[in-house]
Amino acid sequence: MSDKNAQSYWKGNLRIVFSLLLVWFFISFVCGILLVDVLDTIRIGGFKLGFWIAQQGSILVFVILVFVYIKLMDDLDAKYEDSKPMEDGDAGDSE
Amino acid sequence: MSVQVWTYGFVIVTFSLYIGIAIWSRASSTKEFYIAGGHVHPLANGMATAADWMSAASFISMAGLISFLGRDGTFYLMGWTGGYVLLALLLAPYLRKFGKFTVPDFIGDRYYSQTARLIAVFCAIVISFVYVCGQMQGAGIVFSRFLEVDITLGVVIGMTIVFFYAVMGGMKGITYTQVAQYCVLIFAFMVPAVFISIMTTGNPVPQLGFGSELTEAFGGGYLLDRLDGLSRELGFDVYTEGQKSTQDVFFITAALMFGTAGLPHVIIRFFTVPNVRDARRSAGYALIFIAILYTAAPAVAAFARTNLINTVNNAEYSEMPEWFSKWEKTNLIAFEDKNNDGRIQFVGDPEKNELTVNRDIIVLANPEIAGLPNWVIALVAAGALAAALSTAAGLLLVISTSISHDLLKRSLMPDITEKQELLYARLAIFVAVLIAGYYGINPPGYVAQVVAFAFGLAAASFFPALVLGIFNKRMNKEGAIAGMVCGFTFTAGYIIYFKFINPAADNAAGWWFGISPEGIGALGTLINLSAALLVAKFSKEPPEEVQKIVETIRLPGEAMEH
Repeated sequence: MSDKNAQSYWKGNLRIVFSLLLVWFFISFVCGILLVDVLDTIRIGGFKLGFWIAQQGSILVFVILVFVYIKLMDDLDAKYEDSKPMEDGDAGDSE
Repeated sequence: MSVQVWTYGFVIVTFSLYIGIAIWSRASSTKEFYIAGGHVHPLANGMATAADWMSAASFISMAGLISFLGRDGTFYLMGWTGGYVLLALLLAPYLRKFGKFTVPDFIGDRYYSQTARLIAVFCAIVISFVYVCGQMQGAGIVFSRFLEVDITLGVVIGMTIVFFYAVMGGMKGITYTQVAQYCVLIFAFMVPAVFISIMTTGNPVPQLGFGSELTEAFGGGYLLDRLDGLSRELGFDVYTEGQKSTQDVFFITAALMFGTAGLPHVIIRFFTVPNVRDARRSAGYALIFIAILYTAAPAVAAFARTNLINTVNNAEYSEMPEWFSKWEKTNLIAFEDKNNDGRIQFVGDPEKNELTVNRDIIVLANPEIAGLPNWVIALVAAGALAAALSTAAGLLLVISTSISHDLLKRSLMPDITEKQELLYARLAIFVAVLIAGYYGINPPGYVAQVVAFAFGLAAASFFPALVLGIFNKRMNKEGAIAGMVCGFTFTAGYIIYFKFINPAADNAAGWWFGISPEGIGALGTLINLSAALLVAKFSKEPPEEVQKIVETIRLPGEAMEH
């Protein structure tokens, strides 16, 4: 990859990481801890919203975040063609 | 068949499986011993990482802790899963690209310094030792309570099994055993969870049962409302409301997250996949596998708490079911009839409360309290052992590689052959197993406290040094060393002061900024970062070739050669 490409690839990478970490911070620290009492005034079925985010919702969001990251990085890799990752390896030796 | 017979059956079958895998996956080179040859499929690595990560604490203690902490228990749930987001986005792909075998490898090479390497070796060994003693103790407890063998014999059996596959197979043996152990532990956790969810709410998915309505037998209404109501009625803290201060919960969560991302036994798992792309995927799979247990745990906590109150409160002591006397014998549950009415009063007021319950009982005795079939009760023992042994093996490998690879090969004895290095690695595991076993049999009495140590130290030492090494090209050895030393010393000092020197001051009034020793690692992380950035600003920038390394690890493509 040329230097210029490498630089813009890294910029794209940083943008992805930074925006996903914003969501990560928002859902866990802001919704799950700082605003939990406020959100608890909203009820969804048997859950108070703040409590649910703190104990289950945030974990679901974490999983989604990592898979969005995988997808976005795959797209970014594809955009910079000569950085194509190699094929999946074998599932281990078995000698 | 009795619970005892079922338990022996499950333990023997699973242990034979682990031994079988060990024989099949012997390691013949250092590359196989340290990183399973770098050929592990990302899905298999995801499972292995999940088992590596979920320890005796996650399996046995976490649901119970949440059950008694209510909403405050949240920091375990978010802290121990949110760290994977950091690991996936900030560390795993880049460290995989860098290649090599260990965390001190990266620190030493990136910061072109033997001092930095040795500090990293020291941190890795301290963190892993602290952690592994708890696992051995966990295995001992399971053996003694479920199989009614002596705790010493229990630990020895556990040690022998771990020793067998870790010494023979190294990372390769550990990886494939961990895959099997993940399957055992998740099955063992989920089956009782599903049963108890159906029983209390009629919903077969515990994660959803958590927010469902109770069946008629349990008095109807939403589970969490009922639990809040019961808590109020009996004078306990209201389940869905927090008691701890917001800043303490904030800092504990952050410390657990940074610590999770900085734990060397988890990081090295990402060295075992073939390339950068697989490292990213593998982190995603690991988080899914972990999330299955972590979203079920708060549900189990709530079911079990409701069920426990329903079963014991105001019940005749003489009419308690069989499990009660069985767990009384182990001192996990104790009844003292303060008002001599022959009934159990389980209430929030310590003056009137007659029942003391160890929180571990929530997972260990939950199936019995719920009256589930014998084979389900027996599963729990096999699951808890899988959780303890898989984590112990991962930690022992870190200790072994730190000594044979980082300390001997890369520092003290660079001329040893690969064969010799492999021999030293096996010797190091052998010695580490013995020491861990000793502490498992003679627990230092502060295992619970020292876990705070492991996370706090990983957060305050490794995490910032690794992140800066990747994201800040200008970061030099002076900065990194200053950061690690300041972060580590500050965190260790704070914990040692409040846990060992002056435990009397270990309360909200004594803490700095209201941060408990469990959460201080987060402040340690910030201190590490600030010290590193400040020192780096006033010292000379890293050499050209190191900056080149940083540029290379930032790009995807073929991973650097090992």
